Amino acid sequence: MTTSMANKKNLDQRKTVLVTGAAGALARHVMARLHGPYRVIAVDFRRQVETDAGIPSYRVEIHKRGFEDIFRDHRVDAIFHIGRIFPHESDRARRYNSNVMGTRKLLDLARKYKVNQVLIHSTHLVYGASPYNPALLDEESPLKASGVTQDLIDSVEVESLANIHLWKYPELNITILRPCNLLGPGVRNTLSLLLSRPLVPVLIGFSPIMQFMHVDDMADAMMQAFEQNKPGIYNVAPDDYIPYQEAVRACGCSPLPIPSVPAILPRIWSSLLNWNAFFPAYLLNYFKYPVVIDGRLFRDTFNWKPRRSLNDIFAYYRKQKQISG
Amino acid sequence: MRLAGTLERSSMSIRRNLARRLVTEEVEQMVARVPKHVGSFGYDAWGYDESRVKLGAGLSKHLYERYFRVRAHGLENIPAQGRVLIIGNHSGQLPMDGILVGYALLSNPHAPRAARVMFERFLPTVPYLGNLLNNLGGVIGDPLNCARMLQAEEAIIVFPEGVRGSGKPYSKRYQLQRFGNGFVHLAMAHATPIIPVGIVGCEETMPSLGNIKPLAKLLGIPYAPLVPSLIPLPARVSLHFGKPIRISAEACTEQGVTERVDQVRNAISDLIDEGLTQRESKYF
Repeated sequence: MTTSMANKKNLDQRKTVLVTGAAGALARHVMARLHGPYRVIAVDFRRQVETDAGIPSYRVEIHKRGFEDIFRDHRVDAIFHIGRIFPHESDRARRYNSNVMGTRKLLDLARKYKVNQVLIHSTHLVYGASPYNPALLDEESPLKASGVTQDLIDSVEVESLANIHLWKYPELNITILRPCNLLGPGVRNTLSLLLSRPLVPVLIGFSPIMQFMHVDDMADAMMQAFEQNKPGIYNVAPDDYIPYQEAVRACGCSPLPIPSVPAILPRIWSSLLNWNAFFPAYLLNYFKYPVVIDGRLFRDTFNWKPRRSLNDIFAYYRKQKQISG
Repeated sequence: MRLAGTLERSSMSIRRNLARRLVTEEVEQMVARVPKHVGSFGYDAWGYDESRVKLGAGLSKHLYERYFRVRAHGLENIPAQGRVLIIGNHSGQLPMDGILVGYALLSNPHAPRAARVMFERFLPTVPYLGNLLNNLGGVIGDPLNCARMLQAEEAIIVFPEGVRGSGKPYSKRYQLQRFGNGFVHLAMAHATPIIPVGIVGCEETMPSLGNIKPLAKLLGIPYAPLVPSLIPLPARVSLHFGKPIRISAEACTEQGVTERVDQVRNAISDLIDEGLTQRESKYF
């Protein structure tokens, strides 16, 4: 590619991109794509991530003061804000501080140090699972997740912060991406952990339609959104659908049927079975009712199409189980 | 875990047996002819499931041809493709009319269509039933769902009377109840032709003496009819599809919309009258 030649010519003129959540699978895929044409800075709250040569890596909590030092030491042109603490990783208060206050801090620093592009990795979960959801929710649909579970309040508030900055500070060029369920090797979100297990709880009589996307395709989507820079809010999802219970079987898992009515029953089971995030209560409604998003706007705006089919995605989980016995 | 596995295996074998008996070659071909886009696992965004539709079609075929001995008139009025709203009168406590109109569309020799039906909002909260209805093409009656489906060039069956029509007692048979205005708003916004359908015979499938309100409230359902049998009676049913009605897309007041609704309502009323005059026998 000609980019490497161009790089040698104007090495100093490469843009610098800061990536949060660098220890996660999505960030790793994104960094692999950025590395070369851009300078990359890796940030994670969990650990100092081992990176390729030439990628500075920091272990820092973004809501703490130390985060600003990175901006003092480097001229940051763009931020990929991917890092989040998931409900299975920490308690609500700590998550709120890191996810919400951290995002606030990140956006403040972006303004102070004149960063001119910010990509926010959100989630389709913000729409909230409800029996009254129409299918193909567009970007203007209300975000009802905080009414569904307190464990997603932070996700909704991150969105609202990003939204305020999106219209108030257009110079930040904020793009908010709301992907459907991300799966693939190394993905450690709740659903991916669940489908990696041999036995997976399902609610009797409920199998909502879901959408899945390979982490590789999401990394491509983020790169397109970054390089074409068209600020706004976008759902990111393929035009393909499958009910939850069928996805469970397609991943080679055995379904563990959980009584679903009255609604108190699954909650009791969830608190009994939630050892090691086996059956997370905050996803109960998502195992019952659909959140089907319309990814058309993103697909058309950025001319993006996922390369992996549903079967490709599930094949990884099937094979993983065959290997482990 | 072993128990769950055994249960699943036995329910799978029951399903396979049922599938073999219901999904005949004819039904397979019927569904295969339908112009309908589905994803890699055979589903669409609303949960339409090709394999379940085949099962449903196999079962409905028996209901349609043998049990209710349906006669359909004017099937040639249904467009072969493109968005369309099928608007009919609702009756008979259970949504048998929806099933029969749906099967008439699917088995239409002129141009088969996969019918979508809008249903009550409480249904998705009922285990199995909500998913099953989704699989067969139903969705909750949310205007957004309807709009999206019209954009996707689907054929949608709507009963604008809703529970006012289906839950009414036998003494009010073939008297059209108040129509909601929603379908005309959708037809106007999405330039959609309307096919009126008069349904005769479904009133006789479950004649109700009245609504047991306390029971309905207890069960959390819209009505609990006082009926001789909870199984629909084998009344003869006839469907009368009318010519397409094109609603003007020009903006107007709600009063104006109501007038356009009445235009459709009158067409359905005429089709019902036609069916009632032609009817020779209610049950035999």
